[in-house]
Amino acid sequence: MEQLPETNLPATKKIILTALALLLLGMFFGILGSLQYVVPGILKTQLSFEKIRPLHVSSVVFWIMLAASGGVLTYAGERSGKLFSRLLAKIQWLLFLFSVVAILTSYMLGIFGGREYWEFPPLLAIPVWLGWLLFTINLVGTIRTFKQQPVYVWMWLTGAFGFLFIFSESYLWMLPFFQKSIVRDMTVQWKSYGSMVGCWNMLVYGSGIYLMEKISKDPTPARSRMAFALYFLSLTNLMFNWSHHIYTLPILPAIKHIGYLISMSELYILGRIIYKWKSSVKEARKFEYQLPYRFLIAADVWVFLNLILAILMSIPAVNLYTHGTHITVAHVMGTTIGINSMLLMAVVTDVLDNTCRSLYIYQKKITQGLVTANLSLFVFLGALLMAGIKRSQWQMSDHRVPFGEMMHNLIPYFILFSMAGIVLFGAFCVMVYPLVKNVWACYTVRQPQSTVTPSFN
Amino acid sequence: MKIVLASLVFLFLMYSAFIYQQPVKEETMPEVVRGKMIWQEKNCTACHQLYGLGGFLGPDLTNVYSQEGKGAPYIKAFVQGGTATMPAFNLSEDELNCLVAFLKHTDESGSADPRKFKIRHDGTIAGN
Ligand code: HEC
Ligand code: HEM
Repeated sequence: MEQLPETNLPATKKIILTALALLLLGMFFGILGSLQYVVPGILKTQLSFEKIRPLHVSSVVFWIMLAASGGVLTYAGERSGKLFSRLLAKIQWLLFLFSVVAILTSYMLGIFGGREYWEFPPLLAIPVWLGWLLFTINLVGTIRTFKQQPVYVWMWLTGAFGFLFIFSESYLWMLPFFQKSIVRDMTVQWKSYGSMVGCWNMLVYGSGIYLMEKISKDPTPARSRMAFALYFLSLTNLMFNWSHHIYTLPILPAIKHIGYLISMSELYILGRIIYKWKSSVKEARKFEYQLPYRFLIAADVWVFLNLILAILMSIPAVNLYTHGTHITVAHVMGTTIGINSMLLMAVVTDVLDNTCRSLYIYQKKITQGLVTANLSLFVFLGALLMAGIKRSQWQMSDHRVPFGEMMHNLIPYFILFSMAGIVLFGAFCVMVYPLVKNVWACYTVRQPQSTVTPSFN
Repeated sequence: MKIVLASLVFLFLMYSAFIYQQPVKEETMPEVVRGKMIWQEKNCTACHQLYGLGGFLGPDLTNVYSQEGKGAPYIKAFVQGGTATMPAFNLSEDELNCLVAFLKHTDESGSADPRKFKIRHDGTIAGN
């Protein structure tokens, strides 16, 4: 295959930069959405909530998909010395870019037709699916052999192939057999969504484990029996625990019980985290000076906190109270920001470091951003949890006040939520800015010798 | 390792087929399917929930059809007129009827009201 010229930024980095742009854009839309909770009716004519919510959610979902696939391809290439095909990566990037622009534009114009999280007209799912297919082919080609691979390679493969199947499954609603019944439709919808998140987690956690191996230079943990046992436990959860999304749906009780039982296996992971706490802290001291490692630690803390919430919410009796309230939103954003985004920031910082120059000079700034992000995330989620508890009390009360009045009473929490969201956004800007600036420098900073062309690695 | 993986994938596919085949109690009219498409095209889900799932700016609408003092004219009035937060939707009478038929369908499929469920000692719930 034709080699791209040296001065060309590799497509994997373009994918990652696009992901970063979507992260910031998505957070900005999130802020506009939160304002509609604070000032009912604001932006109603320009960007009403039915537009803002998908703009926010799709942008951040694509941040996760793009950053994860870009990171995984980079790491897979790093391991085997070379990416299978730079051309495939480039086409993947172009397909995603096209899809994202078309999807966000359709939302702005108020053109929908899909369902929650994928509200765009179903036709646009095709380039997304194709882009992912290219990613999967490229990943398999880069890995080359399935023999003797560490756990993260299996996680990447699971995430890549799993998504292809599950994304297709989430479009079964277009067949009359599924469309006809709201119960069947919603069951399959949440079956697929539950597993889909699991697929992304496989990619993101897998990259986290790889990065840890790279930092610690210790290859044993990712090849241990324990690592594989935990992988199978997560895979079982990915496949069978989704029914906690739909405990109130009139489906066969056995389906709910299976979800409940399997979810409880996560208690084992929780126990392990607590048990390994001390050695993790010791390890943390060793690698503290490394930037990506700091993100990994932040994600660790959020894994712990979110796992407790997730396990509680998987108990049907507790779920009855939390379901349909902002506690769910806190859980979703808690995991997507606290865990996924922190891990991906670790990956992204690692991948973009030394693009033209080292990120070392920004270390202090990025760390300040990281600390601010985590503190504001704490307040952000706390405010959502409080609003959720109040809404839950309302849902369960025998004498409900009108919906509008209940929402009005929650405004103080929404103000806190919105303000914390703005600080969170600012903190992410502080972290992302040096990364982008570094890449930009490749084009603008004059090298000492005019003959030197910028090098991208 | 490979055997465990293959078994899990096999079980997953079997379970998926089992889920797809679940019997459902409701019979569906064409206008219900049409109403569902309008629900999706107008993205009512962004602000409303069905069975507690959706955006949270507005109330759950699973059982709005049968709630006291609500019903078809009430639903139509909201969709046509909007509220402080909810935009007014410019729909034909026919489309409005389909939307109402869809919300009647969701209502008949079960109850999304958490107060209607009974909590058992093992943490499971009964209802619907
Ligand atoms: C931008 C957000 C938004 C969108 C989009 C939206 N709604 Fe609403 N809707 C609301 C809010 C908020 C309320 C509650 C108003 C109040 O109580 O003040 C509401 C109330 C209602 C009610 C009355 C509920 C009750 O129990 O009293 C119905 C019915 C309704 N909406 C139907 C729809 C339908 C159908 C659509 C799609 C065509 C839709 N809404 C789209 C925000 C929205
Ligand atoms: C990396 C950052 C973020 C990610 C990954 C993220 C992710 C998500 C996701 C997945 C949802 C859907 C939740 C659900 O269905 O229950 C959501 C909803 C939402 N988010 Fe975020 N979010 C981020 C940042 C923000 C910020 C900074 C704000 C601003 C305050 C914000 C405001 C909202 C609002 C208002 C909703 C809609 C809640 C509703 O359903 O009514 N988000 N977010």
